[in-house]
Amino acid sequence: MYTTELQKVSALDNSLSADPPELVAAFEARVAADAFIEPKDWMPQAYRRTLVRQISQHAHSEIVGTLPEGNWITRAPSLRRKAVLLAKVQDECGHGLYLYCAAETLGTSREQMIEALHSGKAKYSTIFNYPTLTWADMGAIGWLVDGAAIMNQVPLQRTSYGPYARAMVRICKEESFHQRQGYEIMMTLANGSAAQKRMAQDALNRWWWPSIMMFGPPDDNSPNSAQSMRWRIKRESNDDLRQRFIDVTVPQALALGLTLPDPELKWNEARDHYDYGPIDWEEFYAVVRGEGQVAKERMSARVKAWEDGAWVREAAAAHAVKKAKRNAA
Amino acid sequence: MSDKATNEASLKGDWALWEVFIRTRGGLSHRHVGSVHAPDAELALKHARDTYTRRMEGVSIWVAASTSISASDPAHADAFFEPAADKVYRHPTFYNIPKNIKHI
Repeated sequence: MYTTELQKVSALDNSLSADPPELVAAFEARVAADAFIEPKDWMPQAYRRTLVRQISQHAHSEIVGTLPEGNWITRAPSLRRKAVLLAKVQDECGHGLYLYCAAETLGTSREQMIEALHSGKAKYSTIFNYPTLTWADMGAIGWLVDGAAIMNQVPLQRTSYGPYARAMVRICKEESFHQRQGYEIMMTLANGSAAQKRMAQDALNRWWWPSIMMFGPPDDNSPNSAQSMRWRIKRESNDDLRQRFIDVTVPQALALGLTLPDPELKWNEARDHYDYGPIDWEEFYAVVRGEGQVAKERMSARVKAWEDGAWVREAAAAHAVKKAKRNAA
Repeated sequence: MSDKATNEASLKGDWALWEVFIRTRGGLSHRHVGSVHAPDAELALKHARDTYTRRMEGVSIWVAASTSISASDPAHADAFFEPAADKVYRHPTFYNIPKNIKHI
């Protein structure tokens, strides 16, 4: 799963740094030469801030992303589907952990990040604030949402911050099955009864546009993109990635015998790309602002899980302290 | 190994941080893969297993309290590694041996 950078800082904020210009110049030269930046290397304050924000949002998205799917674990239609869904959710928890660890190397703590998520200060991908209404949503999410995430994450394997890049390498390696199992669900439904096919079509209708929005605002309205590209935190633009996703996904939808909910979608020979209709950015920004259909539900489920687990964390810590004392005696 | 991290663990806040090293198969050395939080070494190993070896990526795991690791300073890397830079005679290609001399 992936989140685009949702919390914007003003250009002013980024320019107000007290970074020594000669260090900034040396840093930028290293990045331009495709060197990786490691935790103890000097880095501009704004680079550190941007990364903490982006990596922690990415981590939060992995964790919150398990909620829409967790909704279906007990209702998976077969033992095979259930085992697969459990494995996918477990992977996503793991991905969250890789990413939290990467963010921590920049000087933030796990506790701070979790607090920021639970208090609503930190963002996560807008996609997870849509409800999962039917089993077909498990197919559509794996195929489209994980598909969009992979498209976004592949270039991040070469992002300039070493720990983030290494986390992305692991995540990309593991994510491929997520997309394939989703497409498999869609194939099964699309080739099933009329009711199953309708369910698949309905899921595609509901998840298509939110998936397209996962790539973030259009390039001309993405104020921090230029700096992130210069610092090689980001390697490709939102619109380029979105176009690539559409180009590879449309034939997959057609192979299912399903239609896409965009009347303006058509192959453009001259551009060698699919043209697509206007995206409802008002909806996107509303979801970013926390007006997603199940935003409140997601956060209360997350906070409840954290609070319900408190006694386990406390017991484990108390046990460790007791054992250490006994060993010392 | 766990004492230092455990003693620093309190009942509040984050568990201690552990660095995780994995031997992917026999004959290879352990390699750093990331880190986990845990209250003690035993749980750190279990968390490391769940986090980093879900697809049989390892046959052995080491965890070391992050606070026990000392690292060289990247800001002084040039000076720190400089002594090796001008000792080309440590490499076999420094020595010219005639072509007709074999097996050397």
